[in-house]
Amino acid sequence: MFESLDATLLARFQFAFTVSFHIVFPAFSIGLASYLAVLEGLWLWTKDEVYFALFNFWKTIFALAFGMGVVSGIVMSYQFGTNWSVFSDKAGPVIGPLMGYEVLTAFFLEAGFLGVMLFGLNRVGPKLHFFATLMVAVGTLISATWILAANSWMQTPAGFAVNDVGQFVPVDWWAVIFNPSFPYRLVHMVLAAYLTTAFVVGGVGAYHLLRGDAPKRAKKMFSMAMWMAAIVAPIQIFAGDMHGLNTLEHQPVKVMAMEGHYQSHPDGAPLILFGIPNSAEQRVDYAIEIPKLSSLILKHDLNAPLAGLDSVPKELHPPVGIVFWAFRIMVGIGFAMLSIGLWSLWCRWRGTLGENRWLHRAAVLMGPAGFVAVLAGWVTTEVGRQPYTVYGHLLTANSVAPIDAPAVATSLIAFIVVYFLVFGAGTFYILRLMGRLPRDPMPDLQDGPLRTAGITPAIATKTGSHHHGA
Amino acid sequence: MALDLPFIWAAIIAFAVLAYVILDGFDLGVGILFPFFKEKHDRDVMMNSVAPVWDGNETWLVLGGGGLMAVFPLAYATILPALYMPLVLMLLGLIFRGVAFEYRWRTKRGEFLWDIAFAGGSMVAAFSQGVALGALVQGIPVANRAYTGGWWDWLTPFSIATGLALLIGYALLGATWLVMKTSGPLAERARRYALRAGTGMLLAMGIVSLWTPFLEPLYFERWFGWPTVIFSLLVPLLVLGCFALLIHGLRTEHDSRPFLAALGLFVLGFAGIGISFYPYIVPTSLTIWEAAAPHESLAFLLVGAVVLVPMILGYTAYAYWVFRGKVDPEEGYH
Repeated sequence: MFESLDATLLARFQFAFTVSFHIVFPAFSIGLASYLAVLEGLWLWTKDEVYFALFNFWKTIFALAFGMGVVSGIVMSYQFGTNWSVFSDKAGPVIGPLMGYEVLTAFFLEAGFLGVMLFGLNRVGPKLHFFATLMVAVGTLISATWILAANSWMQTPAGFAVNDVGQFVPVDWWAVIFNPSFPYRLVHMVLAAYLTTAFVVGGVGAYHLLRGDAPKRAKKMFSMAMWMAAIVAPIQIFAGDMHGLNTLEHQPVKVMAMEGHYQSHPDGAPLILFGIPNSAEQRVDYAIEIPKLSSLILKHDLNAPLAGLDSVPKELHPPVGIVFWAFRIMVGIGFAMLSIGLWSLWCRWRGTLGENRWLHRAAVLMGPAGFVAVLAGWVTTEVGRQPYTVYGHLLTANSVAPIDAPAVATSLIAFIVVYFLVFGAGTFYILRLMGRLPRDPMPDLQDGPLRTAGITPAIATKTGSHHHGA
Repeated sequence: MALDLPFIWAAIIAFAVLAYVILDGFDLGVGILFPFFKEKHDRDVMMNSVAPVWDGNETWLVLGGGGLMAVFPLAYATILPALYMPLVLMLLGLIFRGVAFEYRWRTKRGEFLWDIAFAGGSMVAAFSQGVALGALVQGIPVANRAYTGGWWDWLTPFSIATGLALLIGYALLGATWLVMKTSGPLAERARRYALRAGTGMLLAMGIVSLWTPFLEPLYFERWFGWPTVIFSLLVPLLVLGCFALLIHGLRTEHDSRPFLAALGLFVLGFAGIGISFYPYIVPTSLTIWEAAAPHESLAFLLVGAVVLVPMILGYTAYAYWVFRGKVDPEEGYH
C-alpha cells in the first residue's frame, strides 16, 4: 500500500515535470507561428524588407522552440500509457480520439509544412512559402483546440456513460468536445500564448532599442508587440474572469482553493489578497482581505453566500497552498502586462515609444513573464482538479499504472537530468540568437537620432535584402 | 453494421507503424551512420538530406502511440507499462537526436557534442525500438486489464537480437537513402555501407526468423501450419529477391533502387511479424477485438482517418517532392 502511494507520487511528479517543460514551447510556438505568418504576409503585401528581415530572425528561433516542443511532446503521448495505464484504459475511449484528431489534423500539417517553411523558400517561391507558413500557424491553433478539448473534458466531463468494465464510453461527441469549460479554456490559453509571444518579442525589441544596434527593426517589433499587449491583455483579463465564473459553476472546490476560502461565508465572502494558507488548521494565516469583494466578483452581489472548503470532505480538497499562490502569480502578471500595454499606449500617443528607456527596461524585464503566467495558470487549473484525473469520476490514486516505484524513480531522474541539459542548452541558444539581431544596413543612419529610424529612405530598406537574418 | 471496425483499425495502426518504421527508419539510419563519416561537410550534407522531413516522419510515431490509446486503449495500457524501460530509453534517444537538428547549427564549439547526441540518440532510439518489438513478440502477460509482469521482463536474448537487427536495418535504410540523395565520394561510401548493412540485415532477418517460431506454439503453428506455411516458403524467396535488387542497384548505380529494395525488406519483415501474431495485438493475451475501444470511439475517429490520412499522404508527398533530387552540397542551413 505504502509502496503504491510512492509510485503514484513519483508518477505525478514526473507528469508535472515533463508537462511543465513541454507547455512552455507550444505556448511560445503557437504565438510565434501566427506572428511569423503576419510578418511574411506584411512583407508580401508591403514589400517592406524590414518584415522579411524580422521573419528570418524569428524563423530561426521558431525552429529551435518548435523542435524542443516536438521532442518533449512525444514524451507526453507515451507517458499516458507508461505511467497512467489505468487512466488510459478507462478514459482512452473518450480522450484518445480527441488526441488522435490532433495528430491527424494538426501535427502532420505542422510537420509537413515546417520543412517547406524553414528550407523551401527558394524552391517554391514566396506565395507557396507563405501558404506553408500559414499552414504551420493554423496547425498550431488546431492542435491547441483538440488538446484543450481533451484537457477540458477531464476538468468538466460531459457526454459519456460508463460501461461494465469501467471505461468511459462516449455517448455524444458534440457534448464531449464542447464540454462546459472548453470554450473558456481554449480562448484563455490561445490568448495566453499570444501574450507570451508578444512579451518575448517586445522584450527582445526593447533590448535592441536599449542597445541601439538595429533601431529600425527593433522599433518595428517592439511596436507590434506593444500593440498586442495593449489590445490582448485587457481581453485576456476579461476572458480569465469569464473562465473563473465558469469554474465556479462546474468546479466550485477549485475556486474555494484559489480564493483560500476554507470557511463558508453565508453573507458575503471577503477577497483574500495575500496570506499563507494553513491546511492543517483550515485557515489562511496573516490574511489581508477586502470584505465582501469575492462575492461581488464571483456573484456580482456583495452579500451573496459563498460555500467554503468546510462544505467538502477533506479528502476531496486539492492542495490549497499551491493553487492559492499559483493563481495569484498568474493574476499579478496579467495586471503587470496590462500596465505595460497602457504605458506603451501613453508613450505611443506622446511619440516616445522608441525612446522611453524606462518602458524598454520594463519590457525587457517582462520578456519571460508570459511563461511564468502560463505555468502558474496551468498549475492552478491542474492542481485544482485534484484529487481527480477525471473530475468527480476517477481519482488520481486509481489512475496510475501498476509500475514499481524504482522504475518510475529511475525514469524520473533520467528525465530531469536530460531535460535540464537539453532544454537548458536550447534556451541558451535561443537567448543568444535573440541577442544577435544583425545591425541595420546603412550604419550612418544608425548613429542619428532614433526618430529618423521611422522614415528611413527607401535605399536603406533595399539593401536590407542582403541580410538574411541570423 | 457489417464493418469490422477493430479489424479496420488494426490495419490502420499497422500501416502507421510501418510508415513510421520506414520513414523515421531512414533518418535514424542517417544518424546511426554519422560516426562513419568524419568530415564536417559530409555530415552537413547528411543532416540536410533529412532535415526538412524528419519531423513529419516522427509524427507517425505519435499517431502510432496516440492512435493506439484511442482505438485499442487496453493494448496501450498493457503494452506501454510492459515496455517501460525500452520506451523511456527510446524517448530519451529521440530527444537528443531531435534537438541536434537545430542545435548543431547554433554552435561551433559545441558542434561535436550535438554530433554525438545525433548519432548516439539515433542508435539508442533504434536499438530500443527493436528491443521493444522483440519484447512484444515474445509475449506480454495480462490479467484483470493490467500488465502483470515485472519491469525487467523485456530484457531477453531475443529482444537484444531484435534490437541489433533493427539497428542494422535502419543503418541499411539510412545508407540507401544517402545513395539516393547524395553524390560524389559521400554517395560512394554510402554504397559500401549499404552493401555491408544489407548483408547484415539478411543475416539478422534469418536469425530472428529461425528464432521466432520457437518462442510461442502459436507462431510455430503459423509458420509451419496450413495455409500460412505458403507465406513461410514465399517470404524467404522475396527477401532474397529484394537483396538481389539491392546488390544490383548498388552495382549498376541505379540510385533509387537500393532504397526501394530496403523498403521491400522492411515490408516483408513487418508482414511476417503481423502474420505470426494475428489476431493478437498483445501477444498472446489480448486479441484486437478484446482490446478495442467501444464502437462509438472507433467509428468517430475512423470518419476522420478515412478523409485525413489520404490528405496527409498527399501533402507529405508534396513536401518530399519539393526537396526531390540530390542534395546540393552548397545549400546550407535555413
